[in-house]
Amino acid sequence: MTTEDRVARFKSLGSIPAPMAAIVLLSLVGVLLDTSANPYTQFVMLLILTNVVLATSLNLVNGFTGQFSLGHAGFMAVGAYTSAWLVTRPELSGMPDLVKFLILPIAGGALAAVAGLIVGLPSLRLRGDYLAIVTLGFGEIIRVVLLNSEAVGGARGLYGIPSAQAVPELGLSPFSAQFLVASVWSVITFVVLWRIVHSAKGRAFLSVREDEIAAEAMGINITQIKVRAFVISAFFAGVGGSLFAHSVKYLNPSTFTFTKSVDIIIMIVLGGMGSFTGAVIAAAIITVLPEMVLRELQQLTGVDLRMVIYSLLLILFMILRPSGILGTREAPELWRSLRDFFQRRSVSEKPQ
Amino acid sequence: MSEVLLEATNMKMQFGGLCAVDGFNLTLRSGELVGLIGPNGAGKTTCFNCLTSVYKPTEGVVKIRSVDTKRLRPWQISKLGMTRTFQNIRLFRDLSVLDNVIVAGLQHTRHSLLDSALRTPRHFIEEARLKERALELLAIFNLQDKAHLQSGGLPYGEQRRLEIVRALATEPRLILLDEPAAGMNHSETEELMKTIAKIRKDFHLAVLLIEHDMKLVMGICERIIVLDHGVIIAEGTPSEIQSNPTVIAAYLGTED
Repeated sequence: MTTEDRVARFKSLGSIPAPMAAIVLLSLVGVLLDTSANPYTQFVMLLILTNVVLATSLNLVNGFTGQFSLGHAGFMAVGAYTSAWLVTRPELSGMPDLVKFLILPIAGGALAAVAGLIVGLPSLRLRGDYLAIVTLGFGEIIRVVLLNSEAVGGARGLYGIPSAQAVPELGLSPFSAQFLVASVWSVITFVVLWRIVHSAKGRAFLSVREDEIAAEAMGINITQIKVRAFVISAFFAGVGGSLFAHSVKYLNPSTFTFTKSVDIIIMIVLGGMGSFTGAVIAAAIITVLPEMVLRELQQLTGVDLRMVIYSLLLILFMILRPSGILGTREAPELWRSLRDFFQRRSVSEKPQ
Repeated sequence: MSEVLLEATNMKMQFGGLCAVDGFNLTLRSGELVGLIGPNGAGKTTCFNCLTSVYKPTEGVVKIRSVDTKRLRPWQISKLGMTRTFQNIRLFRDLSVLDNVIVAGLQHTRHSLLDSALRTPRHFIEEARLKERALELLAIFNLQDKAHLQSGGLPYGEQRRLEIVRALATEPRLILLDEPAAGMNHSETEELMKTIAKIRKDFHLAVLLIEHDMKLVMGICERIIVLDHGVIIAEGTPSEIQSNPTVIAAYLGTED
């Protein structure tokens, strides 16, 4: 083995601890929430993790590859229904409960990825508005198919979807078990997408966003890149759908309308197209805002102002900060600029 | 005779009623430096776009290293060893200088996207090599200190230079330069001439050059093709072209 190989192997092993630590840390948060928060807050926390998965995955297509997809709710629906349908299968009843719930998102994601491939292939010739319309249409097709499928409850939807059970051996309550599943998958989503984008291979996605003609002239197969972006993004949308199904425990086709896709788009636009950190922050804000703040407001005023405030927020952002909260910046850069800022201040405060 | 890298036979490009290029013939052998000149709107850039499969020629055959490019996409042309720069600079503006070069080198790596997603040892080996090669190339063109700056923020001349570096990162045998000296001042053009001569020698490159700067074209090209209204009106050595009455008429008009 050459030194080069050894260094590479060492670096490869070195990339494991950080995500592990993140999962452990998040699970501890789950255990903490379990004892201190009310069920409603717990539910909102699960939704945050779900939305983090959805927003980061959409960011790969819309933010990094520069394609405009409006069909994310469709992929999410595929994942959600697949997972909800599979979970009650008697064939899976022998599996340990926690393992089953950890694996279900893969099934949901896989089917959503197939859907992503089906949409991705014909849409490659289209750009901008045209692509947006095709993906929008696709999302609606999925919803209408679900609406008319009696096997998954049609318009009534699926209810009583099981979620993870308590695991006494690990000291996990039903909520902290479900939170563990959501933590594992949101960390996997974030880390995989982050690593794809922050690698030479991933720079190819950005080159397609920057200039398709130049990318192609430099030997980048832009068709392949776009299909990959769609498939990977759809996979994780399916994962997000699966998490959603087992958090909400009730699915209805009307959940996955065009508005749901727009919700996710708002998250990445507010957070910053092309920033994972921004997507995570915005996903948290957009989840908490309607659930906790706007609900209070609604009770106070008696009108549902959610959409009004969304639109206002979006308009204000487009005027004042069109690149979103973070633009294309990520946490490390943010950290550096904060550090520089405070260093400068401490220097200037020094007595002359 | 050295290897024929590029061969265009009777190439024609028609946009509706406009015939932008008609009956274009060209044979380019390895190591050659050929200039393609002509008044504005003569069809020079259209020629480049046809040769690189950005446009599909209406008629005629383009062969790169004996491979017919009729069904090939531009990225496959790059894999055949032919690359280009653009008249209106097309860098990946939001990416760093280094990343611009790295993207162009990707076709010579052996790791997959999955390797990168999982950060396997192969990912680290290939990325390290890619980065090292990119930095070497940047160093040749004195851009290594700017590797981590955003490419869109570079001064104009450096952006032009970076485009050449990026093209070289695809490891071409043949490079098409579309007005590399556009917008450059006298000393920058001088510098560019040296650069072109240098890359040609160091990378064993054949060069096809579109240029309006006659001093540059006449100074370095061995053979010049003159295009006017989509048709080749003259071909020959710089001195032959300079004294060719048809060329003078195309540029300056005739007396009556």
